Amino acid sequence: MTIAFVMLAAIAAVGAVAAMLLRSAVHCVLALTVGLAGLAGLYLELGAQFVGFTQLLVYAGAVAILAVFAIMMTQGARAWAIGRFSTRWAAGGAIAAAVFAVLAWAICGSGVLAGAVGAAPSASVQEIGDALVHRYVLPLEIAGVLLTAALIGAVVVAMPGRAGGDKP
Amino acid sequence: MTPLEDYLLVSALLFSIGLAGALTRRNAILVLIGIELMLNAANLNFIAFWRYGPAPAALTGVVFAIFSISIAAAEAAVGLAIIVAAYRHSRTTDLDKMNSMKG
Repeated sequence: MTIAFVMLAAIAAVGAVAAMLLRSAVHCVLALTVGLAGLAGLYLELGAQFVGFTQLLVYAGAVAILAVFAIMMTQGARAWAIGRFSTRWAAGGAIAAAVFAVLAWAICGSGVLAGAVGAAPSASVQEIGDALVHRYVLPLEIAGVLLTAALIGAVVVAMPGRAGGDKP
Repeated sequence: MTPLEDYLLVSALLFSIGLAGALTRRNAILVLIGIELMLNAANLNFIAFWRYGPAPAALTGVVFAIFSISIAAAEAAVGLAIIVAAYRHSRTTDLDKMNSMKG
């Protein structure tokens, strides 16, 4: 266990916990950005540079800004009026703790995970692009179609006068 | 070098935090953020298994993680649009108050 791993894992975990515990929704999104940046650092440490920087661009950039915009469009200054946790928070927390206990038990009890790791494999952008347009070209096209459909669908769903009929 | 178990434990921890948030928060946007955390925990598993797997030269884990990130971005956009539409309908994002389907 290296120092870099401990620090990055701590940043990711603390950011995630803060994102789920803070009261203000905007603060939660900012904490999530910190946590996901720590996760991007873990990707970099594992040798997946492209995925790490994609994570920074997509999550710490686009998704966080999208979430902040959604908060501003829905609550704005009244974000504090909503309570923090739902009425059945104890059951939800217990379920999450049980899931973590089962996962940790399975991970620690598994014997197949222990194995010598080789040298860091190369995953350059050129190799990833080569794999994307040759071996994985069909999933790439489908992902493109899905992103287009999601873009149009998001605009249609959020358009005023569609859902409910009452204009803002 | 950090063993694979540590990455999997961090991933399980992030998944559980996201699950706890998705189950307990009252604000719909924060529930969506919890789901995003769970997706990211799965991505960390993909990358960790790629790095420690028997054939890292095949780049399967990296490509899967890239597709997963792109699908998660689409999911976030559609989810937030649905929340905005639901807010326009019921004037709140408090899930304890959004308890009727017909309005």
